[in-house]
Amino acid sequence: MEQTLLKVQHLQKNFGEKVILKDLNLEVRKGEVIVIIGPSGCGKSTFLRCLNALEEIQSGEVLLDGKPVRKELKSVSTMRQKIGMVFQSYDLFPHKTILENILLAPIKVQKRDRRDVEEEALNLLAKVGLADRGDDYPRQLSGGQKQRIAVVRALIMHPEILLLDEITAALDPEMVHEVLEVVLSLADKGSTMLIVTHEMAFAKAIADRVLFLEHGEIAEESNSPKDFFEKPVTERARQFLRSFEY
Amino acid sequence: MDFEVILSYLPLYEEALLLTMRIGWLGVGLALIFGLLGAAVVHLRLPVLRPLAVCYIELFRNTPLLVQLFFLYFALPKIGLHVPPDTCGTLGLGLLGGAYMAETFRSGLDNLPVIQSESAQSLGMNRMQTFRYVILPQAVSSSVPGIVANIIFLLKETSVFSTISLMDLMFTAKDLIGMYAKTLECLTLLVVFYLIMLLPVSLLGSFVERRLRHAEFGD
Repeated sequence: MEQTLLKVQHLQKNFGEKVILKDLNLEVRKGEVIVIIGPSGCGKSTFLRCLNALEEIQSGEVLLDGKPVRKELKSVSTMRQKIGMVFQSYDLFPHKTILENILLAPIKVQKRDRRDVEEEALNLLAKVGLADRGDDYPRQLSGGQKQRIAVVRALIMHPEILLLDEITAALDPEMVHEVLEVVLSLADKGSTMLIVTHEMAFAKAIADRVLFLEHGEIAEESNSPKDFFEKPVTERARQFLRSFEY
Repeated sequence: MDFEVILSYLPLYEEALLLTMRIGWLGVGLALIFGLLGAAVVHLRLPVLRPLAVCYIELFRNTPLLVQLFFLYFALPKIGLHVPPDTCGTLGLGLLGGAYMAETFRSGLDNLPVIQSESAQSLGMNRMQTFRYVILPQAVSSSVPGIVANIIFLLKETSVFSTISLMDLMFTAKDLIGMYAKTLECLTLLVVFYLIMLLPVSLLGSFVERRLRHAEFGD
């Protein structure tokens, strides 16, 4: 059994009066790929955003390597460097070239040597099939290409865990594949990932564990994605999965 | 229209133009600095400084430049502060302009999608790094149309400098009319000289805006 990397204890998140996540508990082991699925509004994205403290939480805690990740703490920037996140809307910095987008944080935040990072960036770009696009601006790239860059930008920080928040939801169908290929190759290399997605076939292929979230609670959890997708235990999960069939 | 009169007045107008431009552009420079600082303080919600910046912005946005200049030039000496007229002009313009520029920069800052700062924070940037490397450059470029409009407005506002005995374009025209009553010639020259000062700014401004829009939305 690998060691626990991320630990979520009794996490509670409200927006005003409304409870978004209630008493969530989760342990993520090193190298594990966890897929979170559930209907819109169930709190999946908010959950990921709580994990790198983009959201304030009302109670409970998030621990990475035993250290708290909390918005109010001074250590939050240091902790976030260990937690890579990629969003739905491929939010590259439009005023910087692709290479500058990738180099900005390692150089300015981690104070790494420019030449070293640049070499690593070019390697990563080559791996996602975009070696020749370093000098382009984000607007010159397609959605799928931008999203692959966003993954590279997160990876170059050497995060211990990656959070992927519906990263293919805004993409044309033919571009979904190219992005998911990249994520699959990361899983093969042993990256620890938490993935929120609506791509069920992908979820089934990549997950070590599946969480079905509903009304801010884990309604079903399975260590065998195959079983979960073929014969879910709860009625709600069954209904949810049926909505993807035609 | 007497062209000989116009020719003989030209050197006086040229001198006045240089003075107007010198004080005007120094004032614009100050305005940009004050505006950027004010907007940053308000946007970052810095304690103590923020209410001060808000007071400054509201005070100078809601009083006429004429009153501000009178205050600097006539009221400050009463408490023992003697400020020479050209410093008054520069400072007055800078303070007024700073308030306008701050509002322009602030709207640029506030209109950026939140996801931009969130993705910067996700990369481990702290608030200052996020502001400096991600938010500010984008906000400045989206503020350019407003900044250009402010610059033109401020350079035109220099016409009230004449009231604190600065020999700017307006002063020169009024002075010459008072002495020789060549009203048509003097006012025509005045219009022409303001155009000489401001048309290049307008043209350069629209050029820069086009370039920026190109950068934003692509080919």
